[in-house]
Amino acid sequence: MTPLLEIKNLMTVFDTVQGRIKAVDGVSLTIDSGETLGIVGESGCGKTMLSLSIMRLVPANGKIIQGEILFSGQDLLKLPEEQMRVRRGSEISMIFQEPMTSLNPVFRVGEQIAEAVRLHQNLPAKQAMELSVEMLREVGIADPQKRSRDYPHNLSGGMRQRVMIAMAMSCHPKLLLADEPTTALDVTIQAQILDLISSLKRKNNMAVVLITHDLGVIAQAAEKVAVMYAGKIVETSAVAEIFSDPLHPYTQGLLESMPAACVESGQKGDYLKTIPGSVPGLYDFIEGCRFHDRCSYAFEKCSRREPPFLEVKSGHFVSCWKNNAQDH
Amino acid sequence: MSGTLVEIQGLNKQYVLSGGFFNPQKRIIHAVNDMDLQIFQGETLGVVGESGCGKSTLARLITRLEKPSSGSINFKGENIFSFDKEALKFYRRSVQIIFQDSYSSLNPRKSALSMIKEPLTIHRLGGKKERNEKALDVMAKVGLKKEHADRYPHEFSGGQRQRIGIARALVLSPELVIADEPVSSLDVSIQAQILNLLRDLKKDYKLTYLFISHDLNVIRYISDRVAVMYLGKIVELALNNDIYRRPLHPYTRMLLSAVPVCDPCKKEKIIKIRGEARAENEKGCLFQNRCSYKIDICERIEPRLEKFDEQSFCACHRAGSI
Repeated sequence: MTPLLEIKNLMTVFDTVQGRIKAVDGVSLTIDSGETLGIVGESGCGKTMLSLSIMRLVPANGKIIQGEILFSGQDLLKLPEEQMRVRRGSEISMIFQEPMTSLNPVFRVGEQIAEAVRLHQNLPAKQAMELSVEMLREVGIADPQKRSRDYPHNLSGGMRQRVMIAMAMSCHPKLLLADEPTTALDVTIQAQILDLISSLKRKNNMAVVLITHDLGVIAQAAEKVAVMYAGKIVETSAVAEIFSDPLHPYTQGLLESMPAACVESGQKGDYLKTIPGSVPGLYDFIEGCRFHDRCSYAFEKCSRREPPFLEVKSGHFVSCWKNNAQDH
Repeated sequence: MSGTLVEIQGLNKQYVLSGGFFNPQKRIIHAVNDMDLQIFQGETLGVVGESGCGKSTLARLITRLEKPSSGSINFKGENIFSFDKEALKFYRRSVQIIFQDSYSSLNPRKSALSMIKEPLTIHRLGGKKERNEKALDVMAKVGLKKEHADRYPHEFSGGQRQRIGIARALVLSPELVIADEPVSSLDVSIQAQILNLLRDLKKDYKLTYLFISHDLNVIRYISDRVAVMYLGKIVELALNNDIYRRPLHPYTRMLLSAVPVCDPCKKEKIIKIRGEARAENEKGCLFQNRCSYKIDICERIEPRLEKFDEQSFCACHRAGSI
């Protein structure tokens, strides 16, 4: 069976006056229908650029110079722009972190959802409006008829994110890209939104790419995890395994530096473990493994050659010399 | 722990929102609603709650950036709202605040060193040379290097900028530091560095912290006591261990169950979370529309924050029986 989405060796770069920035640097991954892939990493590691690349919405000064994005077996990068536009919003949808800046402030939310419906489904205005109210009901907004006549500023943060999800779901996409959908929300609202996304996913057998920096969210909502660092995926596996047996030192560092981990292991009063230093700057070129200057396991080879991305256990890939027994 | 550093009594802060040109109806927001709270010398008091529950207003009231509608705040036994100019200046030296957004709270046109030095200049402490030395000393304490001194905010990473914010708060050797979501905008690995730093500094400078955060894991890690706020009120106040092991108020339970657990095997939520923080009823408990333990009395009488045992306080009619 061909996976729903297969990305092969994708590279997205930005050419600037100071030089070339590799925002996404050779990423490969696959997602099946009905599956949630969590992508986790710190800010600036290229998570958002990866999702924008899938949508072919990379900002004007950036370009995709290499790789394939196979969606149902078809390479999105080879499609003409008109056909890509047809797929965007109907087959692949995206929701963003800040719903206030992605909704139009001068249109009623019902109209905004109806617009998406009319663009893709060729329905008369009245029916599109009815569908839009129906979508608002589906995402759990009370009194959808009335709420559809509200403007974005009338709604709370959680409600706005629900509207964004309603809009993204209105054409029943096969793939939903959720870029930090709950980062700006309170924990209680976050729990509701994550519940909503997973129930919609089950109902429509949709695939979800969930981008977040919060490992707790990943644990709750994802089935597969990819850990990104400086434009590359450094580790990927099933969700349970990332937490029980993290192999990459960066993944281990991320897990250990969470306050929750410290409290749960009964070490309250101790210092939190930290990853020294910070994510390399956009213009810094690091030879060898990108993580070696922050890594406590680094040895001589790490600064010379980049480790290959290998399957260490079934379904568990990691890019680290430490886990690569041969030729130390 | 010894002695009360800050004593808050019957504190109220209301904001009046006018409904706009077409809607003359006014709305009153109770940002802080009849609050009593004590901060003990040398403790870290964590304040947790959803956005809009009045956490930051509380911080602004204690720092005297806002005046209350009623009530008092005593610092070492003296009411801070009756301070004269001289006493206020001294108070501002003893109480400092660290903000969430380190980028917007730093002046983009000043170098790190001159910003850290600024409080000393304002309070006319020491000569030019001493100020420089003191500022460099604090910079070293918060983990900034000497060569960072002449750099400007945009040249720093988020974590380093937060370190500048902390250095600025510490340079006057305050007694109480109010940290208003100091790590919320940082990545986990950087967040851990800053939390460790705050702990070290507490020891070195013998500080008392009022630590505001919406992140229950951070609060759990850093606090001695925890106050849970809901719509301007404290609904539960207890020792750190008690509140996480034995949450009394239904709201505390809901908050705790909403935190994503870093264990993929524990996926089921015990408590179904519903609704948003909003006061819909004029009478009775503020939390009743989201509460699954509601009984008759909750609709009629608002529960007060009452002593549950030695160190725990809870504002719920059914505390202990649910």
